[in-house]
Amino acid sequence: MERIAIINYNMGNLHSVGRAVQHVAPMAQVDITSDPKVILNADRVVFPGQGAARDCMGELYRLGLAEVVLEAAKTKPFLGICMGMQVLMQHSDENQGIHCLGLYPGQVKHFSGAHANLPAGERLKIPQMGWNQVWQVQAHPLWKGIEDGARFYFVHSYYVAPENAGLQAGVTDYGVHYTSALAADNVFAIQCHPEKSSRDGLRLLENFANWSI
Amino acid sequence: MGLAKRIIPCLDVDNGRVVKGVNFVGIRDAGDPVEIAARYNREGADEITFLDITASSDDRETMAHMVEQVASQVFIPLTVGGGIRKLDDIRRMLNAGADKVSINTAAVFNPDFVREASDYFGSQCIVVAIDAKRVNAPDEPLKWEIFTHGGRKGTGIDALAWAEKMVEFGAGELLVTSMDRDGTKSGFDLELMQALNERVNVPLIASGGVGSLQHLADGILTGKADAVLAASIFHFGQHTIGEAKAFMAEQGIEMRL
Repeated sequence: MERIAIINYNMGNLHSVGRAVQHVAPMAQVDITSDPKVILNADRVVFPGQGAARDCMGELYRLGLAEVVLEAAKTKPFLGICMGMQVLMQHSDENQGIHCLGLYPGQVKHFSGAHANLPAGERLKIPQMGWNQVWQVQAHPLWKGIEDGARFYFVHSYYVAPENAGLQAGVTDYGVHYTSALAADNVFAIQCHPEKSSRDGLRLLENFANWSI
Repeated sequence: MGLAKRIIPCLDVDNGRVVKGVNFVGIRDAGDPVEIAARYNREGADEITFLDITASSDDRETMAHMVEQVASQVFIPLTVGGGIRKLDDIRRMLNAGADKVSINTAAVFNPDFVREASDYFGSQCIVVAIDAKRVNAPDEPLKWEIFTHGGRKGTGIDALAWAEKMVEFGAGELLVTSMDRDGTKSGFDLELMQALNERVNVPLIASGGVGSLQHLADGILTGKADAVLAASIFHFGQHTIGEAKAFMAEQGIEMRL
């Protein structure tokens, strides 16, 4: 039986992610787990997350999962969601600066810096909360059946800025034109919440469940 | 193009069942929260808010169970309000599948609860509900006060200052209900929304008073709200969410269609 592990490090809506994954992969065994063995033995790994970068990194170290996440990201279909995308970068500006997992060179930045780009009198609400468009800038199996510019549900105040533009799989505009999805080898990571993005979100999760590297 | 404005239908829940007459063609049981939520999802609702109006706190489990059933079938953001008083109430709802909780009375009586809740669970899931009523005399500058108990009890707290404080304490979003307009079908209190929009920089949901599609559009265009919440206009089949979205998009509002 196909095993999909959802990494549990006490950060956010793991059960929502679990329910959505189970919904699109009814035959799979979906484990919400902090057990390194279960994670490393799974066929696919989902790395969700919500909350502050400091707390996320703290919990990953406390549970001994930092290396496990990196190992999984090197070896099997791996989906980062929201914070699970951000902490793959080198460094986050959140909480006065936090060193992250460093899988990809680049920073995690706050939207407030984007205010300078806006016309006079306009401002961005922070967090960005709601449905925004994801423009596909790289063909990828996870986009299958999803229209370019489809709307997904976002909740975040920080966004990733990878140094290597070749990692970009999707971009979104919110005061700044930012990377809302990235892809490299067996890793796909997305800033929005596919588990809460209705039909297109479920399609993306289904594509992940069927993704063969 | 960018972030869309949101339409949020609000459902009252008593003992795990949706109450206050939801009346759709093609629904077998008008009180079934899963059927109703699925219907709103199909029509294009951007989120759904459930308001727990059960009087006794023993029924938290019933509410959590209901949220779990909905969350297993309907994959859009869900907010639960009503009776959220302790960190444990929040944990239970989030584990059941809620994405946000809305804190109202508990915030008024214990503002630090908002700080604790946002520190612990993150601002992204903490909505503070603000029930405001105009208290200025007609010839005075506009002034709103926070009311509790469905608008019956004043607190003496200035609504704008309160909103600012709640955001400082970590509220990720404000759900603003005009107690003057609630149930009147005469439209949102647009001046209240404008005043709040000047004061705080988190997303604002306008609530209270919707009687027509124009009211929804006005909440965004004139009130500067980021989202509009309504109940009866959708429940009784007066309008579908799809109609509301098409109407708002025609007025130049960015919507998820």
